[in-house]
Amino acid sequence: MDVTIAAILLQDGITTGAIYALMALVTVLVFTVTRVILVPAGEFVAFGALTLATLQRGGVPGTVKLLVAAALIAGAIEVASAARRGQFAALPRALAGLVAVPLLIAATVAWAASRQWPLAAQGLLALAAVTPLGPLLYRIAYQPIAEATVLVLLIVSVGVHFVLMGLGLYFFGAEGWRTPAFVQGSIGTDAVTISGQSLVVVAVSALLMLALAVFFSRTLRGKALRATAVNRVGARLMGISTTYAGMLAFGLAAFVGALSGVLVAPIATVYYDSGFLIGLKGFVGAILGGLVSYPLATVGALAVGVLESFSSFWASDYKEIIVFTLVLPALLYRSLRHPHREEEEA
Amino acid sequence: MSLGRGDPVGSAAELGFDGLPPNAAPVPAPSWRPWLRDRIALAALVLALVVLPLAPVSPYWVTLGSYVGLYALVALGLVLITGVAGLTSFGQAAFVGIGAYTTAYLSTVHGVDPWFGLLAGVALTGASALLIGAITLRMSGHYLPLATIAWAMAIYYLFGTLPWLGRHDGLQGIPPLRLAGVPIVGDAMFWLIWAVVLAAVAALSNLLDSRSGRAIRALKGRAAMAEAMGIDTTAHKTAAFLTAAVLAAVAGWLYAHLQRTVNPGSFSLNVGIEFLIMAVVGGVGHLWGAVLGAVLLTLLKDQLQVLLPKLLGTQGNFEIVVFGALLVLLLQFARGGLWSFVAARVPQRPRAPLPATADALPPRRATQPPAGDPLLEVSAVRKEFGGLVAVKDVSFRVRAGEIVALIGPNGAGKSTCFNLITGVLPATSGQVLHHGRRIERLDARRIAALGLARTFQHVQLVPTMSALDNVALGAHLRARTGVLAAMLRLDRRAEARLLAEAMRQLARVGLASQARQEAGSLPLGQQRIVEIARGLAADPELLLLDEPAAGLRLREKQALAGLLRTLRSEGTAILLVEHDMEFVMGLADHVVVMEHGEKIAEGTPAQVQRDPAVIQAYLGSVE
Repeated sequence: MDVTIAAILLQDGITTGAIYALMALVTVLVFTVTRVILVPAGEFVAFGALTLATLQRGGVPGTVKLLVAAALIAGAIEVASAARRGQFAALPRALAGLVAVPLLIAATVAWAASRQWPLAAQGLLALAAVTPLGPLLYRIAYQPIAEATVLVLLIVSVGVHFVLMGLGLYFFGAEGWRTPAFVQGSIGTDAVTISGQSLVVVAVSALLMLALAVFFSRTLRGKALRATAVNRVGARLMGISTTYAGMLAFGLAAFVGALSGVLVAPIATVYYDSGFLIGLKGFVGAILGGLVSYPLATVGALAVGVLESFSSFWASDYKEIIVFTLVLPALLYRSLRHPHREEEEA
Repeated sequence: MSLGRGDPVGSAAELGFDGLPPNAAPVPAPSWRPWLRDRIALAALVLALVVLPLAPVSPYWVTLGSYVGLYALVALGLVLITGVAGLTSFGQAAFVGIGAYTTAYLSTVHGVDPWFGLLAGVALTGASALLIGAITLRMSGHYLPLATIAWAMAIYYLFGTLPWLGRHDGLQGIPPLRLAGVPIVGDAMFWLIWAVVLAAVAALSNLLDSRSGRAIRALKGRAAMAEAMGIDTTAHKTAAFLTAAVLAAVAGWLYAHLQRTVNPGSFSLNVGIEFLIMAVVGGVGHLWGAVLGAVLLTLLKDQLQVLLPKLLGTQGNFEIVVFGALLVLLLQFARGGLWSFVAARVPQRPRAPLPATADALPPRRATQPPAGDPLLEVSAVRKEFGGLVAVKDVSFRVRAGEIVALIGPNGAGKSTCFNLITGVLPATSGQVLHHGRRIERLDARRIAALGLARTFQHVQLVPTMSALDNVALGAHLRARTGVLAAMLRLDRRAEARLLAEAMRQLARVGLASQARQEAGSLPLGQQRIVEIARGLAADPELLLLDEPAAGLRLREKQALAGLLRTLRSEGTAILLVEHDMEFVMGLADHVVVMEHGEKIAEGTPAQVQRDPAVIQAYLGSVE
């Protein structure tokens, strides 16, 4: 292997690693705030990429239908729950957020679909279409059983993953799609070149992580999320709504997931079921970071990306085997470093 | 005073203790009716399983029934590890795969007898489970799920890549099982599979009702307590994980010889997740829940594949959408799983009555140390948390046959000091000597093995286990029976002695009539007393009590003091951390007073009460 190949592999690894890192962030965020292991995180990626691909072809993406259906279901649940408790004061605001805004977005995307907007604008449309799915899914599937065990929440997550994956096949078909690059060309010398799209992916990921870091450390909402992650009961006693925190976390997750999808669509062909493996590798990276620390999760995810890229060069058949098998020695190392970690869950 | 037989629940007499060990353990005789009903239900199930293939149904249903049995076998293992022990595994399908591929490879490529394939598959699966367990089970939390995900993915891709395992096509032409030369196919395979399932239910239900079973049931959320009872939690986690993996391997072996072909798709991570879904939907806390979950999910998926194309057309993959939506919906209404509906309608199965004549367990020590001998010597022990010194060079001793109380205002460092002695926290410096041997570096389990038994400030009982089973946890170190003996019911004599001892201790503290109640349903005061009985079941040389009187009413406190006096007169030394002055002053022989991490006084209760430093600490200065 010479420097050129190594540089290409490293570049590939860091680019996909950056996507995994975003997924790792989402996993850690959602888990710490809601105790939900977000199995459908990958579906947000696939929906983001495939929504953009559909818009590119001038079609109305199926995401619009899903958005309308989810908004109506969530609205019905809100009305039913308000009627059961006999408290209607908060209903108009809830309906505005959960029904009116998603419907408005759905209408806009449907209207703009055939108008051949520039690529960047269509990327924004895709983000706008996928992001509300996060809070809507939280309201429909998770909020009613927010206090259930991690295991039950996990199985619910699997159910949501099945629904979204099945709908993905229905909406987007079985074939994969790729979108044009946001930035053409590349920079560098003859030996080492860096493609523009890779730079975009890494730069946007880094910016997003920075923005999230500022959000969590400087803003009241970010601090409320962190407080919920540390202690749910304590946060509630301080007047932080855990429901609101859950929706916010899911909204961020859907946004970051969709953005990852939009970024990855020009680099790799995305199928309706590609999301699961991307999400899983992000999850692997997150756990290598201990599911608690954002910087460690990022490092873990980048490591997974680079490892995958190099093993695909040396032994492409064994790529996945190598990536997943190497998790075991990494865990062994952690286990020897921190032998007595008790996380008791009653 | 009577020991509660016939007393109305909650009467004052029941809350008292008389401290005298009764001759026989009085347990209300269980009614025979539920027992008989259970037997009839089981007999009906067996009959149905025998008759089903003989009835005029299409062979399709018999085959489907065989698959249900295989899935149930795997889900049963998940009930043990996930539902009972609290360890989530996504890797069961990979274990099934190893069992299946081993026998498939050996019997097709090398013509080896399938029964040898079973041995090889179980051995290989067991070795993999031990390896994964060794890496992850020392840590709790998210590491086991991750390791099993990684493991499942790696195994799946490995099956699909290795040329000698047929890559994605897998292996075909696997011979059927043979018994005395007769091939086991069709109906016979159905019977064999369900016989194995019923045997597994029996073995696991035996296991859960045993010494090892109690230890495994204490793993979920109570691992620290279990260690303090001398239970090796890592070993018990490993045993449970291994058991589940072996069940999966057996299922894989049966699968290979039922289907006669294997391919990687049957053993992917998704299938591993499906097993988990079966267990959770059925009821991950109940063995029969696993069977119910396997039946329901298999039928549901099968019927969705038939029904949905008729309803919605063949375009798209609607089974998975509807399946996922049903899963979400179901768990909104039954998060404990569907078996909990069945269990709620059926009264708890009563356990067999205790043999009244079980031999007593042998005492832990040949002789009690003579009164006045120093048992425990705490010498200049110190604990720092970063810059904070929680315990500053504190020294005191506990002699045989005396009650020593460690008192002080809130935040004085009493509980930290207690944790240093019981091995929960390592000391920064200083020594703790037990009979002259240094023990401050030992962990909680080794300290329990030395004959030091403790209770917890925040009650640490396994809430879903009976008071009797909880107390029996304390006697864990006084028996040796293991997992295999429990499964095969070879442990009954030792088990009877353990339970009789637990009953004796419960009677000793006056809670004999509550023996069968779930510990979590008892009032807090009684839960504290159950903890003391659990400590006594260890036959301790020294009993360490962390705020035993907290939350007790006056009458209960008086009864507790009476019990502790009786224990002292029988030679048990007691060290207690306490807030309640009145309780301590009337009881203790020796009082150690701490404030701000330092010992400020010690002596008899009378000496301590006159000490100016103590008065200042509790009442403030007189100025």
